[in-house]
Amino acid sequence: MALTIPIKRAIYEANDAKAAAIHARLAARGVFTVNILGSPGVGKTSLISRLAPLIAASPAAGPLRVIEGDVASDLDTQALRALGVEAYQIETGGDCHLNAAMIEGILGKMEIPDNSWLFIENIGNLVCPAEFVIGEDLKLVVASAAEGSDKPYKYPTVFAKSAACVLTKTDIAEAVGFDEEFFRKGYRAVAPEAPLFVLNGRTGEGAQALFGWMLGIRAGG
Amino acid sequence: MHEASVVEALVSMLALEVVKQGGGRVTVVRLVVGEATGYMPESLDFYFGQLSKGSSLEGARLEYRTVKALLRCQACGREFERARFTFECPDCGGQGQMTAIGRDFHVESIDLEAAQPDPGAS
Repeated sequence: MALTIPIKRAIYEANDAKAAAIHARLAARGVFTVNILGSPGVGKTSLISRLAPLIAASPAAGPLRVIEGDVASDLDTQALRALGVEAYQIETGGDCHLNAAMIEGILGKMEIPDNSWLFIENIGNLVCPAEFVIGEDLKLVVASAAEGSDKPYKYPTVFAKSAACVLTKTDIAEAVGFDEEFFRKGYRAVAPEAPLFVLNGRTGEGAQALFGWMLGIRAGG
Repeated sequence: MHEASVVEALVSMLALEVVKQGGGRVTVVRLVVGEATGYMPESLDFYFGQLSKGSSLEGARLEYRTVKALLRCQACGREFERARFTFECPDCGGQGQMTAIGRDFHVESIDLEAAQPDPGAS
């Protein structure tokens, strides 16, 4: 005879608890952690490479450390290291998102100075990375004109959970038929308070505005 | 792939629960799945079959209660299901905002068959 036992527990519980512990540990040392989300090829690594020189030019703001999450390969980590960024690789071997246990594992191998910026580039995917907290202060979602203007309508959760959106590749908007107004309307609906930054990954135009906003958030603004 | 890690988390959480209950075999797992999570029952079933092998959950049946995702209109306050490619309220045309409704993903209850007493035990 089977007995029915009420459980009423969230399946993310164990991950959430681990993520909270990671965040508490990092925040106690003044480390500001940003979880960067977006589709494959959207410009997540380019975004980091555009922010890196701005961080390096403001030493008072603290040094930068990067964790690169990929299903396979360390190409992005190599690219960032070539720019002088201290980057560490997590290869998930198939998993479509990073989780708190993976971050805990890599943090044990890293030296992170107090008051660092810690950027974590998640796996290229707009679905499950949105569901897993990994100890971040905030999520940043990157979207591009090349993906089309319907992304906030198709993947509302990732946009709703992110503190800001960075829109890239608008220089090819016309060629790919990107309707920026439709994109903005959808983004406004799912994230009414959150800012949207337009970034040109090739020239770096727009990076300063984003960095200024991040400094403000970090300072508690 | 998307569902694999949540099923892994589900299996390890419930296997611990079974130990806490003094052992036994789980026959039914009742899940509440919000539509906004994007988790597909077929996919959850598939991974559960694979990942529960050899555990106290092997062979259990997953039962689903799905929860529709609702938006709340910022203008008139109505809660509604969204149509494709729009967040607009069907009543007044105001912009709908996402709510927590439809984001659920939790275990409601399990059915547990008590462990058979081991005849060899003293």
